[in-house]
Amino acid sequence: MSIFLDENSVIIVQGLTGSEGTKHATRMLASGATVVGGTNPRKAGQTVEIGGRQLPIFATVQEAMAATGANVSVIFVPPAFAKDAVDEAVDAEIPLAIVITEGIPVHDSAEFWARAKAKGGRTRIIGPNCPGIISPSRSNAGIIPATITGPGPIGLVSKSGTLTYQMMFELRDVGISTAVGIGGDPIIGTTHIDALAAFQEDPETKAIVMIGEIGGDAEERAAEFIKANVTKPVVAYVAGFTAPEGKTMGHAGAIVSGSSGTAQAKKEALEAAGVRVGKTPSETAALMREVVQGL
Amino acid sequence: MDLFEYQARDLFESYGVPVLPGIIADTPEEVRAAAERLGGTVVVKAQVKTGGRGKAGGVKVAHSPEEAFAAAQQILGLDIKGHVVRRVMVAAGARIAREFYFSVLLDRANRTFLSLASVEGGMEIEQLAEEKPEALARVEVDPLTGIDAAKAAAIVTAGGFPEELLEKVAPVIERLWWVFRDEDATLVEVNPLVLTETGEIIALDGKITLDDNASFRHENHSALAEAGDVDPLEAKAKASHLNYVKLDGEVGIIGNGAGLVMSTLDVVSYAGERHGGVKPANFLDIGGGASAQVMAAGLDVILGDPQVKSVFVNVFGGITACDEVAKGIVGALGTLGDSATKPLVVRLDGNNVDEGRRILAEAAHPLVTVVDTMDAAADKAAELANA
Repeated sequence: MSIFLDENSVIIVQGLTGSEGTKHATRMLASGATVVGGTNPRKAGQTVEIGGRQLPIFATVQEAMAATGANVSVIFVPPAFAKDAVDEAVDAEIPLAIVITEGIPVHDSAEFWARAKAKGGRTRIIGPNCPGIISPSRSNAGIIPATITGPGPIGLVSKSGTLTYQMMFELRDVGISTAVGIGGDPIIGTTHIDALAAFQEDPETKAIVMIGEIGGDAEERAAEFIKANVTKPVVAYVAGFTAPEGKTMGHAGAIVSGSSGTAQAKKEALEAAGVRVGKTPSETAALMREVVQGL
Repeated sequence: MDLFEYQARDLFESYGVPVLPGIIADTPEEVRAAAERLGGTVVVKAQVKTGGRGKAGGVKVAHSPEEAFAAAQQILGLDIKGHVVRRVMVAAGARIAREFYFSVLLDRANRTFLSLASVEGGMEIEQLAEEKPEALARVEVDPLTGIDAAKAAAIVTAGGFPEELLEKVAPVIERLWWVFRDEDATLVEVNPLVLTETGEIIALDGKITLDDNASFRHENHSALAEAGDVDPLEAKAKASHLNYVKLDGEVGIIGNGAGLVMSTLDVVSYAGERHGGVKPANFLDIGGGASAQVMAAGLDVILGDPQVKSVFVNVFGGITACDEVAKGIVGALGTLGDSATKPLVVRLDGNNVDEGRRILAEAAHPLVTVVDTMDAAADKAAELANA
């Protein structure tokens, strides 16, 4: 098992013909994921060669789903068009839409989220501004390198892409059930809590690593959730202990304002929920290794 | 991007939100002239992007142009929480009957928009939320429908405004929503929103935060950004499309990915505790898929910071290829030649790491030390900065 993504995942790419879409579809295919086509209304009916295969281009997500049985869309379209792309995926009721695009105006994210919610939440949205999701040796939807680590008992959820890679690398001797990069934007679809809930239900996941960063109160809310609902061991890392107030650190969401959103406050909330929190990625990995040895 | 008060005032005015006349001035002489033009009592207000101006002596009432001149002499150059006042706004005085509060903002936790309204204006919102939470109405704003006349009326009622003010306040709130929506703001705050003795509703002080991600669809936003006193290194980095924040330390940091760079700052700070208390000099994210040129541009910015004593390049190659990063380092050092004098500690892992390390080993640049792990590399960089 794994969460959100498995060997039955059939993937299309919105923005397949763009350079990012082409590049990462090639990588997904090379890692063994089932990528069956893409969308681009201006190139509908054509095919595009990806990794030595001819993949069909459809006008819409709905057409692509009907023709291929796709149940996952990975979205690479540029920021100005990303909202329309997500709306289209939501309208087609594709079960999983992963928004890789970085730099989407937050009003657009607020709108597509409101729309998805009004539609009854039939589409799980991951991102935006995220690296996607990988269930090693099963499927890979997004830009997480498949070569870092293989399958194993650890579930990983993270706001940050490169910290996801770093943590997978640190734990490469243990392995990952699923790694979900939920993205660092102020408004995201799937949250830490959603991933924690899914990992709790996934029999293959034995322990969970959660990576957070400064800004907002998602980690604090995750801590409350863990206290009430998660029985599997959770180890956490929070980036940005030394970040100054009022400065945005790359991720639009990563800003400390006033006393809220500090790494220290997040660490304390998590520890109060019984989560062991590492000071650095390597210390966090060491804590996880201890947990795994005790399982 | 946070706007200055005068920029918020100007945007409000362009959307038909009632504001008082205001003139910006950079010298006491300009302030005197502005006070003469406005006539009567004026308020000289420091233009800084931080709260607590009043308490810091950055806002003064002046009853004559000479008083305004004197006030400006005191305010200009004042340091308010690390922000030096370079510009003031001379605003017409208002006879205030009551002070209210209104804002509309991004509600991250609920992934929607939120409006806050209160008849207890004038104090800082954090203080109000703490001391009189019952006096602060929170009304969710649906991003798809926004604030129309009916919603504005609901907000005014929830905020406990006197009924006779409904017809005056609701249209102002609707217009403030237009500012929020049409300018891609993440915060529009009016504090205080005042009722004057003559019965007018006026946005007396405003705060606007704009979404930088939306600047591609707002031609006016780049001009608003230019008015800010940006750190020259930050400006240089921005010109190269680098995500750079200047900090107050000695170890220059370059990494890929916001989370990893934030983490690097932490690890270097911890290492600094063992090495004379050195700290990170900056945040610099060269992004995913960074090329050799981007790496070189990043190094150029960091080495231009006179405070930097050592540089830590921390890259985990996910999409980024380590050989590209290595080529960027070697290329940048070649271009800089003798002007590069600061030691570099490089940690590479991930995609094409062996080739990356080989390139650095082959170049064998005397300034470059390659260290295998993030922790050990941070320690080395801190040690070199403390040498």
